[in-house]
Amino acid sequence: MRTLGKLAWVEIKLFIREPITMVFTFALPVIFLFVMGGVFGNTPDPEGEIYRGVGPTDYYLPAYIVLTICSISVVGLPVHLTAYRERGILRRLRASSISIWSVFGSQVIVSFFIAILGGILLTVIALLVYDIHLAVSPGLVIPAFIYITIAFAAMGIFLGAVLPTTRAAQGVGLILFFVMLILGGAGPPREVLSVAMQWVGDIMPLRWAIVLLQDPWLGFGWNSFVFGIVSAFGIVAAVLSLRFFRWE
Amino acid sequence: MNTVIKVENLRKTYGATVAVDDISFAVNKGEIFGILGPNGAGKTTTVECLQALRRPDSGRIRVLGLDPRTEAQALRRRIGSQLQESALPDRIKVWEALDLFASLSPGESDWQELMKQWGLYEKRKSSFSSLSGGQRQRLFVALALVNNPELVFLDEMTTGLDPAARRVAWDLIRTIREHGATVILVTHFMDEAEHLCDRVAIVDKGRIVALDSPQGLITTYATQVKVIFSTDRAELPWLEKVPNVQRVVKRGPRIEVEGSGPVLALVAASLVEHGITPSDLRMEQPSLEDVFLKLTGRSSGERG
Repeated sequence: MRTLGKLAWVEIKLFIREPITMVFTFALPVIFLFVMGGVFGNTPDPEGEIYRGVGPTDYYLPAYIVLTICSISVVGLPVHLTAYRERGILRRLRASSISIWSVFGSQVIVSFFIAILGGILLTVIALLVYDIHLAVSPGLVIPAFIYITIAFAAMGIFLGAVLPTTRAAQGVGLILFFVMLILGGAGPPREVLSVAMQWVGDIMPLRWAIVLLQDPWLGFGWNSFVFGIVSAFGIVAAVLSLRFFRWE
Repeated sequence: MNTVIKVENLRKTYGATVAVDDISFAVNKGEIFGILGPNGAGKTTTVECLQALRRPDSGRIRVLGLDPRTEAQALRRRIGSQLQESALPDRIKVWEALDLFASLSPGESDWQELMKQWGLYEKRKSSFSSLSGGQRQRLFVALALVNNPELVFLDEMTTGLDPAARRVAWDLIRTIREHGATVILVTHFMDEAEHLCDRVAIVDKGRIVALDSPQGLITTYATQVKVIFSTDRAELPWLEKVPNVQRVVKRGPRIEVEGSGPVLALVAASLVEHGITPSDLRMEQPSLEDVFLKLTGRSSGERG
């Protein structure tokens, strides 16, 4: 436990010392918030068909909180782990009896740290600029946030475990991230997408994770169906990570 | 328990390449045990199997009474490892690394003291990426010692250190042993093995070709001594007929006489008899380098 805590704290400091990752993780969702908020404002669709009948910025805010989580997990984490393996850092950790649980656990803790900071940042900006509504059911938003962060961290660890090199992790991570961003509910509303685009979005975990956070945020209650899907993604990723993880 | 390492018939292959063919040895508590050999001889693979970093194909290994195959974590907690080819995150600071690795030891670890001993105090707030090769090497050794290990593996520890830093490192290794730990030293520096090690295993092509104290190896394998002196006399045909002399090599005014046993006294007597009294007459003892050359057919500096 002591080592897990120390390792997580060191990893948080390392994240803060890496300005490019910081900017990408925190600034990109904020930029999207400004672009979407600037284009669509926060007036609900009068017919109530698009954006689930709520204001666009209200709709997008939980989506961008999940996008921050997705960005750390799919872009940041796999590159981090593959670089650790390539450079012999994992080898060094392992030789000193640092366990796989400490390595994975520290990454989950770092993900939480970044997700919480990113979530607060987005919410504060949205509140100041767009006069959004805060979460309707915070008691359900918080567990949804926790599940999403753990499930995505597991997926990121899985990518880091199976992708052979840092370059591969960069390429695969960025492609997955942008496809999910555009088609998975953080870009144009699902209602305006073609059937094929909807289908691609539907097989991506981001789409379901966004609904899992959006539903209690907007007052639609707890969505057990998407909770099942997000959990399944997380559990499968965790099992495969343990199976395929290589120290060197 | 006096035996800390016992290896029997260790074998490890990578595909068609046989890295370790058949290696057996035992190391006693408190020893500085050297593993010496040309590159690719199987030294690193051997110690990596002992540290539970690689799985041997066959053979029996006991390290501190534990089986690295099944008790890897318990073993790693009690040993210290300075690895070849490992790294730390670029932006981690020296003190952070020591503090992190110290948290793995069950007892209290005085990493601050270790940081001073290994000359890293001035650099404690520097990031890993800003350290020089020698500083990184010293940090890795300090990390290997930070959990108060009973057994320390040092793999090419002094590579990248300047001569003065190497001498300091040697002293510190003797200190490690004085504190009761056993040291396994993998090296290709002959002088290092000769100065530090109680016993040395010379490894070549995945097998141990000789194992003894450095002096024992020299006595067994390098019996030839060299008598060296200078003279302006052009021809010395009688010198080759002196008993115990095997070969005379002339390099300008410098004469090198190879031989065995009491060759120095015999050569000296013969020189005086012929009216030569060189003031620089001396004898060169064989070194581990000569043993190495004889056993492996390569000098220690040669790569391959």
